[in-house]
Amino acid sequence: MAAVLAQNIVKRFENVLAVNGITLAVPDGEFVVLLGPSGCGKTTFLRIICGLERQTSGNLIIAGDIVNDVPPRARGVAMMFQSYGLYPHYTVRNNIAFPLRTQRVGRAVIESKVDWASRLLGIEHLLDRRPRQLSGGERQRVALARALVREPTALLLDEPLSNLDAKLRASARQDIKQFQRRVGVTTIYVTHDQVEAMGMGDRIAVIDRGKIRQVGTPAEIYDEPADRFVATFVGTPPMNLLTHNGAHLGFRPENFLPKEMIRGGDFSEFSFRVDRSEYLGSERIVYGAIEGFDSSQPITAKLPAHGAEQTLRPGEWHPFAVRNKDLRYFDQDGKRTDRH
Amino acid sequence: MATIAEPAARTASRFRFILDRREVLGSIFVAPAILYVLLLVGVPFLLAVYYSVSAYTIYDPSWRFVGLTNFRQILQNPVFLETLENTFLFTFASQLLGLILGKFGALLLLRPFPGRKIVRALIILPWAVPIALASVAWEWMFDSLYSVINWTMITLGIIDRSEAPNWLGNPHLAMLCVIVVNAWRFFPFAIVIFLAGITSVPQDIIDAATVDGAGFWRRNYQIILPMIFPIVAVGLIFGIVFTFTDLSIVFLLTNGGPINATSVLGFQGFQVGILSGDVSHGAAISLFMLPVLLLMVVGMLRFIRRREI
Amino acid sequence: MQRIIASTLREVSFYGAVAFFVVLTAFPFYWMLITSLKSNPDLYNVTNIPFWFNEAPTLEHFRYLFEDTLFARWLLNSLVIGVCVVAITLVTALPAGYSLARMTGRSGEALGIGVFLTYLVPPTLLFLPLSRIVASLGLQNSMWSLVLVYPTFTIPFCTWLLMGFFKSFPREIEEAAIVDGCSLFGAFIKMVIPLSLPAILTTVIFTFTLTLQEFVYALTFISSSAQKPVTLGVATDLVRGDIFFWGEIMAGALIASIPVAIAYNFFLDRFISGITGGAVK
Repeated sequence: MAAVLAQNIVKRFENVLAVNGITLAVPDGEFVVLLGPSGCGKTTFLRIICGLERQTSGNLIIAGDIVNDVPPRARGVAMMFQSYGLYPHYTVRNNIAFPLRTQRVGRAVIESKVDWASRLLGIEHLLDRRPRQLSGGERQRVALARALVREPTALLLDEPLSNLDAKLRASARQDIKQFQRRVGVTTIYVTHDQVEAMGMGDRIAVIDRGKIRQVGTPAEIYDEPADRFVATFVGTPPMNLLTHNGAHLGFRPENFLPKEMIRGGDFSEFSFRVDRSEYLGSERIVYGAIEGFDSSQPITAKLPAHGAEQTLRPGEWHPFAVRNKDLRYFDQDGKRTDRH
Repeated sequence: MATIAEPAARTASRFRFILDRREVLGSIFVAPAILYVLLLVGVPFLLAVYYSVSAYTIYDPSWRFVGLTNFRQILQNPVFLETLENTFLFTFASQLLGLILGKFGALLLLRPFPGRKIVRALIILPWAVPIALASVAWEWMFDSLYSVINWTMITLGIIDRSEAPNWLGNPHLAMLCVIVVNAWRFFPFAIVIFLAGITSVPQDIIDAATVDGAGFWRRNYQIILPMIFPIVAVGLIFGIVFTFTDLSIVFLLTNGGPINATSVLGFQGFQVGILSGDVSHGAAISLFMLPVLLLMVVGMLRFIRRREI
Repeated sequence: MQRIIASTLREVSFYGAVAFFVVLTAFPFYWMLITSLKSNPDLYNVTNIPFWFNEAPTLEHFRYLFEDTLFARWLLNSLVIGVCVVAITLVTALPAGYSLARMTGRSGEALGIGVFLTYLVPPTLLFLPLSRIVASLGLQNSMWSLVLVYPTFTIPFCTWLLMGFFKSFPREIEEAAIVDGCSLFGAFIKMVIPLSLPAILTTVIFTFTLTLQEFVYALTFISSSAQKPVTLGVATDLVRGDIFFWGEIMAGALIASIPVAIAYNFFLDRFISGITGGAVK
């Protein structure tokens, strides 16, 4: 059974359509990432799931109950906010205990559960501090403990890593994923960061302008994008798109190689003019244009850091190629098609 | 995308969580305040309008409708016309004086100097202290016999004892006195408003103007003043409203006299409506404040919105 | 050399101007103080230097004020009125300010501005009908009439003040509480109120000082001495026939002024940002 089931959810703010008919089923124990650019409606959708917003239309079903008119406190979901929303006038212990207190759980049970949650996250030594005495990473752990302590039907996370600096972010990503595995809680995670989405999600739902464009495993999203938006939103640099007779031909930069590096198999050949190349240590990104195609974005190729720099001089044309199995086709509306 | 089977879902009652709806709780939350204001501001206001077109007095509380007779009678009364004139003079002279003193005082307090906090605290006093109490102190300072102001002038040889002015007894001087006391009362408020405005102007804008070659006066009048104008306007509107409708300074210092020379609208309304018990005429007199008040409300609506940008 | 003279001149004129302002604002209060401490023979002798004691200072006026006038009663009246008005104001303005701050769209702001504008409706426009209403409730000549009427201006003012504050209150905290199992009302009580104590304290102080400053309604509704608040009592009740007891009046004015003056200086900045609508932080 799905832990969370959204059926054609629509949310209209005055004259803005924030969520435009989202249908999504999240099975028990799954980690789903809602990925999309800012303002795409993903956070609004999350707030509808936890009940902070009421959808304009559509059904929301949590653990088998229709919860359209049920307030957050009776939905059994937990949420971790972008700036954590810790209660500044409570100690860490009372912050974590708060969701249990509101459920009128017994004192002994509260104590053991707080104990369990704080040990799980390694914050036993912080229990008597107040939120303002904690570092960013510690706050994040406290917020996670508070969300997990009452073992919610679903855990909702709204860009939880955006307030951490880049280094902490990597380890926090690791942590969240680990706890989620260990506790097995159904998790819906909102982010605009595709690295977080790819690294953490069992499945990713890519959202744009209030609609889900594609739901799939990270590999499916990356390798088999359902449309042009997904293809260009996921991946850095994004998929190259060539326009031809109104339709589009796409291929990933790492599959766009100097012809001499392709061995065997069918491939398509392009004449590539190198404009500029960036050395990034572990790889090299080459920017340029392809003969015979107009393209608003420069075409990019992702190559090994070393080996090609001698031959790829700026301003010169080179034969490049893509294996045919790596070519993706999109029709005039941007939808994926099988063949050109 | 996988098709999703319709599960056998249970629905909760729509009304069980009625207080958890923001719009419901929100209405319950604002209701007491709105009701209080409607009952004790809205209703009395309508009542005042009705009194003004009735023949209601406290001796004869009839609700007989007399149309605009009250207003016609009032307008034919020379004392009322003098009152109206006094009110405008009192308001605009004291606000102008208050603004000038306020701007000047704000410029002084802008500069850090030792003891600035204490100076600020002392300068706030006239505005903080209940005006009725301060008026009494001024009344004592304007005393016909023991005036400290006269004593100082006599001792300094500016005037002779025989020609010492009777501040509150001379019609022109009495008007000057109530204007000065009211300006004295409001200029600290103007200082604070100016200061708040000026310190809210981002320093980098002022720096940019300086780098662009704007001198002190140009910075003041072409950069800072336009930027703080909405805040100053809000403060000025407060000042105008409270001065235009005030009666306490006049009541305590001059009691409207001598011979109505300092009578203002609020004071006249009080005399006619409360002391003489002629409620209908009193209400009509008070209602003459309305056009100015409405103008101020319109101004307030403009500026209080603009501040958000 | 010339530069030194010029800068000295500038300094002197600057401090001269500051001194002018301080004398202008503070002198009447100094005058209250010195008058209240002077003996009557000293006060009423035109040849004495009025700025200082020509005879020994005395506390006689203060003694008289407390023992032979209703001054202590007026202070108590003002306290009772103030406390009751504060209570009524908090109970109505706190939820109203919160609700207006959280209303979505333009309606909340429009309603808030509407409430605020009623603060601009002056007592002198309403005192006639209100005095009839007060009389028909049997409250004429009673300080309870002021308890009833003062909230008409404290509620709009404080609702506006609190609305500005609640707008800057982090929503995540109350939303976290709601998701963690609180009802909306529970989140208001458990999160918003405890975390807003500074703003609530400001509201309390300002409501109290507004009731102390009010004069028109008190003058209109109350004529019996024992029911007067302190401002009205000192200003109108210490005159015997035509004789003003200046020593006592100044002593009373001084005592009633001090708490208000102190309160204003502590909470001035918050007050200013309140009435200018939060344009100034």
